[in-house]
Amino acid sequence: MQINRVVITGMGAISPFGRGANVLFAGLSGGKSGIRFLPETTAIRGLRSHVAGRIIDCDPTEIPRKYRRSMSAGSIYAVMATQEALSQGNVSDELRTGKDMGVAIGSTVGSIGTLEAFFRDYFSDFCLERMRSTLFFKIMNHSHAANVSQMLGITGRTLAPAAACSTGCQAVGIGYEMIASGKQRLMLCGGTDEFHPLFIATFDVMNAASIHFNHTPERTPRPFDRDRDGIVCSEGCGMLLLESLESARSRGAVILAEIVGFATQSDPSNIANPDAGSIVSCMRECLENAGLKPEAIDYINAHATATIEGDASECEAIRILFGDTVAVSSLKGHLGHTMAASGALELMACIFMMRQNRMIPTLNLDHVDAGCEGIFHVRRAAEKSIRLVLKNSFALGGVNSSILLRRLIHDRSGNR
Amino acid sequence: MTDPEIVEKINASLSEEFELELTSMVPEASLFDDLELDSLDLVDMVIVLEQAFGFKIREEEEIRSIRTLGDIHAFVIRKKHQIRQNL
Repeated sequence: MQINRVVITGMGAISPFGRGANVLFAGLSGGKSGIRFLPETTAIRGLRSHVAGRIIDCDPTEIPRKYRRSMSAGSIYAVMATQEALSQGNVSDELRTGKDMGVAIGSTVGSIGTLEAFFRDYFSDFCLERMRSTLFFKIMNHSHAANVSQMLGITGRTLAPAAACSTGCQAVGIGYEMIASGKQRLMLCGGTDEFHPLFIATFDVMNAASIHFNHTPERTPRPFDRDRDGIVCSEGCGMLLLESLESARSRGAVILAEIVGFATQSDPSNIANPDAGSIVSCMRECLENAGLKPEAIDYINAHATATIEGDASECEAIRILFGDTVAVSSLKGHLGHTMAASGALELMACIFMMRQNRMIPTLNLDHVDAGCEGIFHVRRAAEKSIRLVLKNSFALGGVNSSILLRRLIHDRSGNR
Repeated sequence: MTDPEIVEKINASLSEEFELELTSMVPEASLFDDLELDSLDLVDMVIVLEQAFGFKIREEEEIRSIRTLGDIHAFVIRKKHQIRQNL
């Protein structure tokens, strides 16, 4: 049962464009690409894709050693993004550390790099005498959530949803449900992932990684395009501050958007490939959760990672439920696939679009593929009043999720 | 290795591991209050010293009574002398 309406009052980003939500928005608005050629990966035998979106401007030493010693890069990104969200949300120290504040932060895999470093050393002589006491804290499934809570003195719930590429969306959805049901007043929600070549290899081995643009990285990924050839892996973190509408109003917080619907469903048809029928079902449940009809939606931010099958399935699902009237774009062409962070980073972009009345087009969509026709692709930046946004995220493992955002308008009492 | 060289090696190893300023590493510095180390750091300190000096000290009872950097210097110097005598 929903007791509270839930709003977003803070955002923080670490993205391939750099540090900060405004840097993210500037990159997206400017039609820039955060994808780079990675010469260091060319020495990896069997790897065909050598492009990624890396984080280059985070200085870990900003975080005191006492906290940093248990953090891998994903936790460092999460702490920095969370600090930004708290700052924008104008959250007091008392509110941050009180039981009203919880966190839900997940990742695809805790820290592959940390595990690689440990086992590289361990296998040299099967000796554990060099193992540091803080190793485990970097590789726990809830490492990033735990590190954020430790560093920022969180005393409410610490949750770590893990659903690969649906993680960020699920974390926000879980926070939404928790606040809606009255279990927490505020939640810091999002996803974070740190780069490792294994991410690229995971998709490459399935023939789902982009391999033809290693020397023109800014031209890939290409969501919905006829020349798309797969995912480009990126790293980063997106964090959103959620709270009840009553809480936000009572402390005079600036309300960025309202969350009005959430759905997450399993797709057991295939562990790797999303099925259009399952996507329709997830988006439909999200609409029903919000009490809205498909025609009410102004814009859909697609998952669309530029895989042949995934983009076509999502297009088919959107065509079935929305026809060709609702504007659709994907931000993967700019950012690549930021994995667990993607849902949260792209929700932030949706908020930016709603507040700017401006739609960001799909980058690298030069020729719509025949399998992706029949929906309204945003091909160039366009001014448009956007009040309701549907955001999709789908994950390996068959985990779909959709979130509905609404721009708050004046209600009868004059409140926003 | 002379005693001053041992002290220098201890300080360099701990400085690198725990990001300590060498100027703060005076013998009377308390590990907890002055150098702000904690129980997890002490576990890692043993590992760092074992690697730096090639001995095993994890099971030594004396480690539990170490409070200052000077205690560490004295302990490691004694340990190194013991090893030399037993050769």
